[in-house]
Amino acid sequence: MLDKSLIDSIKAISDSISFDEESQIFNIVKVDDWLEISTKVKELGFDYLMCITSIDLEDGNLSLAYNLNSTGSQESLEFNLIFNAETEVPSVESLWKTADWHEREAYDMMGIKFSGHPDMKRILLPHDWEGHPLKKDYEVADYYHGMYIPKDKTSWE
Amino acid sequence: MSDSKLIDNSNINTEDMVLNMGPQHPSTHGVLRLKIHTDGEVVSKIEPIIGYLHRCFEKHSENLTYEQVIPFTDRCDYLSSMHMTHAYSMAVEKMLDLEIPERVEYIRVITAELQRIASHVFFIGVFGLDLGAITPVTWMFKDRERIIDLFEMLTGARLLYNYVWPGGVSHDIPEKFVQRTKEFLDEFEPKLVEIDQLLSTNKIFIERTADVGVLDKDIAINYGVSGPTLRASGVDFDLRKKEPYSIYDKLDFEVPVGKGEMGTVGDSWDRYNVRYLEIKESIKILRQCLDSIPEGDVHEALPRKIRPKKGTIYSRYESSRGDVGFYIKSDGKNIPSRVKMRSPAFSNLCILPYLSEGWMISDVITILGSLDIVLGEIDR
Repeated sequence: MLDKSLIDSIKAISDSISFDEESQIFNIVKVDDWLEISTKVKELGFDYLMCITSIDLEDGNLSLAYNLNSTGSQESLEFNLIFNAETEVPSVESLWKTADWHEREAYDMMGIKFSGHPDMKRILLPHDWEGHPLKKDYEVADYYHGMYIPKDKTSWE
Repeated sequence: MSDSKLIDNSNINTEDMVLNMGPQHPSTHGVLRLKIHTDGEVVSKIEPIIGYLHRCFEKHSENLTYEQVIPFTDRCDYLSSMHMTHAYSMAVEKMLDLEIPERVEYIRVITAELQRIASHVFFIGVFGLDLGAITPVTWMFKDRERIIDLFEMLTGARLLYNYVWPGGVSHDIPEKFVQRTKEFLDEFEPKLVEIDQLLSTNKIFIERTADVGVLDKDIAINYGVSGPTLRASGVDFDLRKKEPYSIYDKLDFEVPVGKGEMGTVGDSWDRYNVRYLEIKESIKILRQCLDSIPEGDVHEALPRKIRPKKGTIYSRYESSRGDVGFYIKSDGKNIPSRVKMRSPAFSNLCILPYLSEGWMISDVITILGSLDIVLGEIDR
């Protein structure tokens, strides 16, 4: 459970932050404010970005979960951004360098575009791969470089 | 790092050359490709290219039940499979609010620490090999083999165990396991001095590693570096102490931190030495656990069906490479809606371009070796 004063100080940063008591997650509605909010959050001592998770919500919206940690006080926070699939999310690479690769992975797997990222390209998949595999509506292409991709698993399992 | 540049090329016209190292190269620890831009023999820029071992772990997990995901986590970090299954099981247990029997926790800690020794011993051998020392790898593999034999006795498998399950472990420990483990520790502990003589105090080894690839504390935190690599930079951060899980709060052990004994704090020698000291701490933990395993049934808390309620969880675990995180989103079904693994080596590798700038190509091998990466876990 998070400290009451900490919750208040984070909510005071911006109007677009709402706190979910049950899951202990901060939700952010206006994605454009994210860089500004995260700058202030970092100033509160949250200097360690643990993980960025991209999630397909299956209703045309995507979501990003940022898990932060403070190496000083050992407190952990989770921020949740929900946005339309077309929206560009501000990159936090300038604050936490580790976000560089995590954002590239989110782009590679979920097709989320980040604005202000210095080197946005695929990271795990080949550069000419089509589609973003972790989307729920992703369908495997029939051929990759002339190689047939089998889909009926029973035939070769 | 301009002061470490060895050649003064201010008056000469030079040209950048791109050198490809890997994906097939003995010192890249798997299938990692490094695109090295060099100026003479001095590295000006490095671009790591990963993904050659991508096995769609996260996509697979969305189509499998919670139980079926366990063997996949094994294969992520094949040098410390026990840690991966333990980390995943802990995340699922957190979602289910399961109470774990004391005996299971003891067995898990014993396997985790044995695995940590096996992984670090492997690192020391291979790191020596990277720097041109052949002997350590042959000696270290002998000791690692003993641990793998113990695991074989316990689980039937030598590398990928599928041993830790949400709620328990797959089998109880065999009759002679505790005795055999004690015998191993009694033989292994005095032999640690040999590592000291072979590498830690070896003049050539120190020349190659001390002051090479110095990683500053704040930069390490900013890049999300974790585990022994972070501790070598002087940050006293170990999840086993800071956010104790399992029974680690009852155990007495120290967290080794880099002190810069041979050079600067956070150099390659420190990263090596922290791992060497961690082996000693793991032995200490093992001796405490082996004497006090409580009685009980290891299958007692195994859930009949894993069907967590709606919600998300982020759970952390200290593996031999660092901070493993599992982010799991549940829809209330028996299949997870999203599983994301925060791989420690993924974040540890992203520091390489920063660290190697201005060093010679041979030093890049040292720096990469000292980060102790496993490509299976980076690519997932």
